[in-house]
Amino acid sequence: MIYDFFFKLTNSNFLADLIQSLLPLFIFILPFALFAVLFERKVSAHMQDRLGPMRVGYHGILQTVADILKLVQKEDIIPTLADKPLFNIAPVLVFAGSYLAFAAIPFSSAFIGSNIDLGIIFIIAASGFVVAGILMAGWSSNNKYSLLGAMRSAAQIISYEIPTVLVVLSVIMITGTTNLLTLSEMQTGHFWNWMIFGGPVMGIAKFIFIPIMIINFVIIYISTLAEVNRTPFDIPEAESELVSGYHTEYSGMKFAMFFLSEYANMFAVSAIVAALFLGGYQSPIGYLGNLFGVHWLIPIEQFFWFTAKGIFFVFVQMWLRWTLPRLRVDQLMALCWKYLIPIAFVNLLIIGLITVL
Amino acid sequence: MKEYFKNAWSGLFTVFIGMKITFKHLFVPAVTIQYPDERLQLPERERNRLYVNMDDCIGCDQCARACPVDCITIETVKGLAGEDLGKTSNGKRKALWVTKFDIDFAKCCYCQLCVFPCPTECIYMTDVFEFSELERGNLIYDFVTLTPQEREEKKSNYAKFEAEKAAEKAAAKAAPVNKPIDNQETPKQ
Amino acid sequence: MSITIEKNKSESKTGIRTEEMVLNMGPQHPSTHGVLRLELQLEGEIITNVIPHIGYLHRCFEKHAEAMNYSQVIPYTDRMDYLASMYNEFGYAIAVEKLLGIQVPERVEYIRVIMGELQRIASHLVALGTYAVDIGAFTPFLFCFRDREKILSLFEQTCGARLLYNYIWVGGLSHDLHPDFINQTNDFIKYFRPKVKELNDLLTKNKIFIDRTANIGVLPLDVAINYGISGPNLRGSGFKWDIRKEDPYSVYNKFDFDIPVGQGLMGKVGDCWDRYYVRILEMEESLRIIEQAVNSIPEGDVTSAIPKRIKPPVGQVYSRVENPRGELGYFIISDGTINPFRVKVKGPSFVHLGVLNEVLKGHMIADVIAILGSIDIVLGEVDR
Repeated sequence: MIYDFFFKLTNSNFLADLIQSLLPLFIFILPFALFAVLFERKVSAHMQDRLGPMRVGYHGILQTVADILKLVQKEDIIPTLADKPLFNIAPVLVFAGSYLAFAAIPFSSAFIGSNIDLGIIFIIAASGFVVAGILMAGWSSNNKYSLLGAMRSAAQIISYEIPTVLVVLSVIMITGTTNLLTLSEMQTGHFWNWMIFGGPVMGIAKFIFIPIMIINFVIIYISTLAEVNRTPFDIPEAESELVSGYHTEYSGMKFAMFFLSEYANMFAVSAIVAALFLGGYQSPIGYLGNLFGVHWLIPIEQFFWFTAKGIFFVFVQMWLRWTLPRLRVDQLMALCWKYLIPIAFVNLLIIGLITVL
Repeated sequence: MKEYFKNAWSGLFTVFIGMKITFKHLFVPAVTIQYPDERLQLPERERNRLYVNMDDCIGCDQCARACPVDCITIETVKGLAGEDLGKTSNGKRKALWVTKFDIDFAKCCYCQLCVFPCPTECIYMTDVFEFSELERGNLIYDFVTLTPQEREEKKSNYAKFEAEKAAEKAAAKAAPVNKPIDNQETPKQ
Repeated sequence: MSITIEKNKSESKTGIRTEEMVLNMGPQHPSTHGVLRLELQLEGEIITNVIPHIGYLHRCFEKHAEAMNYSQVIPYTDRMDYLASMYNEFGYAIAVEKLLGIQVPERVEYIRVIMGELQRIASHLVALGTYAVDIGAFTPFLFCFRDREKILSLFEQTCGARLLYNYIWVGGLSHDLHPDFINQTNDFIKYFRPKVKELNDLLTKNKIFIDRTANIGVLPLDVAINYGISGPNLRGSGFKWDIRKEDPYSVYNKFDFDIPVGQGLMGKVGDCWDRYYVRILEMEESLRIIEQAVNSIPEGDVTSAIPKRIKPPVGQVYSRVENPRGELGYFIISDGTINPFRVKVKGPSFVHLGVLNEVLKGHMIADVIAILGSIDIVLGEVDR
């Protein structure tokens, strides 16, 4: 719809494409990253009985802007023994990977970057793309801490894609579609139609689905947490062990790219969880637009609900981060292979059986 | 198998307990203060920058001797017989001109050992703690109230006095001339 | 930052050449607790050997002490174990008093015990808090430091300094207690008890924390004794040894307190969790001691026994106290002048660092931090 609008406006395929592809970056990712960095600092501060940034602007609201300005001005240091081309490409690649995921995220019924039929599979594939960038960064820095961090990260992200995909598969089995827009549309109505409450299925099957889907939800939340390297799974950048992992040697804007992609990723995975389990952009209580008959309001409301759900999950990620200690590498793998994958697999089997019957 | 589910459950459960605690703390007022804007009331025994009240100082050098890091440098010149150097607040008569009383706060370890031996309680610790400098030399504080000219004058007066005395002595006994006494080692700078 | 030393190259049967990686941890590293440098030899993430390099914080305490007179040494003792300054002074004062053969007033002893135990809590709070950071939890760290600040404020009110007190002098104290001290200490005890419980809920009993620390870095009792480990680390290995009970100094024999030992609640006896938990229990015992001492403190003059001029007779003395980290011993030789001829310190952290290699072998990199944190060394005292 947005595409059509811009196509009419500019009368050019290319321009409409360009605008549509840059739109999420400028109206969403950058402001979100600015907001989320500050939000994280404030959340952590208040959880620790502190105040957090208070100087720049009212209660420090401009702190992130100031930080970005500082990062822009910073000298771009490339270690002498680093592999320069790889070192320079890596942050771009990492950011591209997380940006790519935004292409298929349905922000509202009117705005989705690219309404591809394989939406959810595409997002999972795109987030796997990040691994390449992280490995590149770790290897080219020529620093042992970076290398260890990158290796851990690669192992972690690849392992945790398995439970994610298993859970996604079970959702796909119920809905029969991988298109995120259709998936969200299926969960319309009220919140009991959300996938976490068994989806739009009715009858006895729904009651079997509810506990299974809740467990599935927990699994996918944990594994997405690991995919974005957040505590308790921030092993690749464990600051007390590996200084800061694969981005130890980066400074200035390149560091900012890693930072930006981390926060973009946080939202991306939260958005996936919201889209799959909490009805995506669907409102839990109906729309004001329908109530007053103002139909153009509905997509805006949907956008609001979607970001609200996403930000809530981002908040939970932060909440966990400032509560929990960090796992060890082998325990991380044990959690994945011994707990998440078997349970997800059993859930998948049960859901498969029910849907066949 | 039982162990397996117990582990999984305790993993989740203890995480929730922790989350409950941190969530509660979201609404606990902050314990930190916004330092340059708000300041804590420092206790009266606060041990920060030293201050020397030169009106009371008799130049006895006890503080310099008590200092474990040798950050206090005192030089004194004897007052001449007729001069009135004034009295300290607890009634002691001063006998020495203090021509140098430097405290190097870059060396000072704020141990307060210099404060206790002072007979006139003229050296004490204040609650001033913000006195950073860009150059280390600026941290050497000169507490002497005399102007540089006065210091030179006192020194030369005494040297003259000594010289006269020595000359008298020499005249009387034809003994070698004494040099003016410098009763303090000059510190390494 | 890291130097590649290629050694132990080996060819496996498959023809793939492998090398042992040598990783330099420190001296600038977020969790080596100061300027310790660890040279780790790694097989993947598994440690095969570890060599601690020390001396980055060496400040010649012992040589300095020979050029100072007895009371001027006290500010220097503060700077050894800067997290437990009060206790360093305490040990030194006791040693010199033994050398001089003077008796200090009862009130002084009580105040010393109160200060020492408050310092023990403050020191353990740092140990536990930084341990939490090492494991990856940041919030407990700030909670611990928040509570430590309250203790430091008590110290500041009494002697004017927050970290390096120069408060306990030979024969007495520099100041008497602040008039409000006893009230505030009682308030602190009331405030602090629930906080320990909160810390337990937030960190100690957290499954992830237990996984990270239980059965990790097990220090068997015989190894501990062979290496001369003392303090919470020895007690964590299950041996009831506390100089406050075994060789009571000051007025410790007047108070009723227990010595917590590691029991292997979550894993084997002597693992990191046990050492951690012993410290938590010790804080509660310290609270008990403070409570008793504060409520039975006698009146008196704290400066009356301070000698005008400290000039001990020719002789030597060894005296030991139970520092928050273990046995802190002072060996002082006097040649009859106002300066000590020799001051030798037996510091617990230095001794504990020696056992690191024994404990670390076979663990992973992440465990280095867990084990180093649980041993709780202070580099100021290791290097002196």
